[in-house]
Amino acid sequence: MAVSARKREKELRRALAFEAKRPETRTISSMQEMRKENLKKAWYRFSRNKMSVVGLVVVILVILAAILAPYITPYPEHAGAFTDFANSTKAPCAEYLFGTDNMGRDILTRIIFSFQGALKMAVLVLIIAVPVGTCLGLLAGYMNGTWVDTVIMRVADIFLSVPALLLALAVASILEPNLTNSMLAITIMWWPWYTRLVYGVATSCKNEYYVVSAQLTGASKSHIIFKEILPNCLSPILTKMSLDVGWVILMGATLSYVGLGEQPPIPSLGQMVSDGARYMPDKWWMTIFPCLAIIVIIMGFNFMGDGIGDMLSKGDSKYE
Amino acid sequence: MNFKRYLLRRLLLALVVLFGLSIVIFSISRIMPGDVATMALGSTATEEAKETYRIANHLYDSKPQQYLYWITGVFQGDFGTSTSTNRPVITDISEFLPATLELVVMAAVILVLLSILLGVLAAKYRDTVVDGIVRVLSYIGVAMPSFVIATLLVLLFGHVWQVIPVLGRLSYGLVPPETITGFYTIDALLAGNFAVFWDAFLHLLVPAFALALGGLCQEARIVRNSMTENAGKDYLSALRGYGVPEGKILRKYQLKPSLIPAVSCMGMDIASLMGNAFLIETIFNWPGISRYGLTSMLSKDLNAIAAVLLIFGAIFVFVNIVVDLIVACLDPRIRLGGAK
Repeated sequence: MAVSARKREKELRRALAFEAKRPETRTISSMQEMRKENLKKAWYRFSRNKMSVVGLVVVILVILAAILAPYITPYPEHAGAFTDFANSTKAPCAEYLFGTDNMGRDILTRIIFSFQGALKMAVLVLIIAVPVGTCLGLLAGYMNGTWVDTVIMRVADIFLSVPALLLALAVASILEPNLTNSMLAITIMWWPWYTRLVYGVATSCKNEYYVVSAQLTGASKSHIIFKEILPNCLSPILTKMSLDVGWVILMGATLSYVGLGEQPPIPSLGQMVSDGARYMPDKWWMTIFPCLAIIVIIMGFNFMGDGIGDMLSKGDSKYE
Repeated sequence: MNFKRYLLRRLLLALVVLFGLSIVIFSISRIMPGDVATMALGSTATEEAKETYRIANHLYDSKPQQYLYWITGVFQGDFGTSTSTNRPVITDISEFLPATLELVVMAAVILVLLSILLGVLAAKYRDTVVDGIVRVLSYIGVAMPSFVIATLLVLLFGHVWQVIPVLGRLSYGLVPPETITGFYTIDALLAGNFAVFWDAFLHLLVPAFALALGGLCQEARIVRNSMTENAGKDYLSALRGYGVPEGKILRKYQLKPSLIPAVSCMGMDIASLMGNAFLIETIFNWPGISRYGLTSMLSKDLNAIAAVLLIFGAIFVFVNIVVDLIVACLDPRIRLGGAK
């Protein structure tokens, strides 16, 4: 109890110090300062939970590692179809920190290179699924009660009525197995979540006075949808996106585990786990380290996503 | 009564969704690029074999007509023939489905019991080591894909610490009980064969735990949070004032309202257990419908894929309706609102 009381006191002191510097108590002379103030506030909300900061650091490290992979990895040539049977299935040692796989390739190098595929997949899936889902949700929400609404939302319901993994697996299995097609399969599963999310917000603000007044002043439909309604949906969309990065990576890893994702020799986390599982338990490092990498990368994105949620939420209710 | 109308509406909606789903599944299995006959029979098949396959499966008719043939077959319980097992798909499914259901039911039981137990413990010993452990577990559990959990458990119980059987449904040498329900445990009990029951039960534990773990961690967290939210309520202080024993307060008065948010979440999770069973069954060598689905996906067995997807969709929709009903029964606000 004593520890948590001290923690709470520290938290309180920090909050008070921040309150003392609130914009109301100071004069803000320029737009630039205002922006700076907002950023500070956002950072305060984000960093209140230490785990979010940890998540952010992990995410930045992972992104940097993926970009700089050819320069920072000990054996960049091991990322491809490299074989060195003299050093195959070596246990972790100073030379190969995470050991080597059955082809004699450095596991650490391959893990870092597989971050590239994972991140590429997450970014591309969200770049396609989010705008599509958002536009459909906005349209359905704005046309609430008409046949457009019914058609869009029922179609979304259909996609949400099967476990996402199942349909993604089915689509990926019919297509040629590679990274692009597994991304396509996941994208097909992903847009309805955004449609449903945006639909909820859009229907609720459709009857607000600012939308009604925009209608009365003769604003065009596209103006109302994109300039009046869309800004209200942005914060839930961004929160969900930041949490979804982890989920997309998880699903991508699952597809590649089954063999429907990135094809060898290009490394991917799921494929490394399934390859290593055949050599268990003697060659445990082939499985354990990719498993840990998956857990760390997904946890990093989840923590960061929680932080972004805290940052964008209006109330303080999220903090326990 | 409003409640009946609500139920009727939900059932009608479910029918619409299932109809749409059947179209989506049909599109996936027939309109995707590539020659269906080649996909089904493999690239080594002769032109004649492909031709007979095309004629037998009405591949020369228009797509809507093909859909009609397929869906009427489905209503008669005919999902076509599986190209990988060379048997009617419906036979395969009736053989494999009970194994999956047994696994999922066991996982659901583990999920409900353990999540409530852990949640209550974490709330009772708030801000102590117990709470910390549950918190860390919930973070890790959410971040672990099911195949990672399963692989690690196989490594742990299969190799490092062999206290419990991991792979398959029964130990080698034991004869499966006569099929009544298809659940080995229940069938063995009905047959009075306790050795088989115990063995089947032990084989169930680890896969079911692996399946439940992801949802379990989340639910424990939800239970814990709503327990602590309710902990400071005035009615609990009043009960303490009346001298009601602490244990009874915890169990009867604090836990019950705290379960409502968790139950609707658990329902979603239990429904998605079916989907997550895919890799678990493959890794634990569990002869269920998910493993069958995965093998048929990898061998592009279109009839089997379509059947598995449709059955999973139907179960998923049905479970969601049941969960909504349970929530309505638990929460008097919804129940009374419905009965008005």
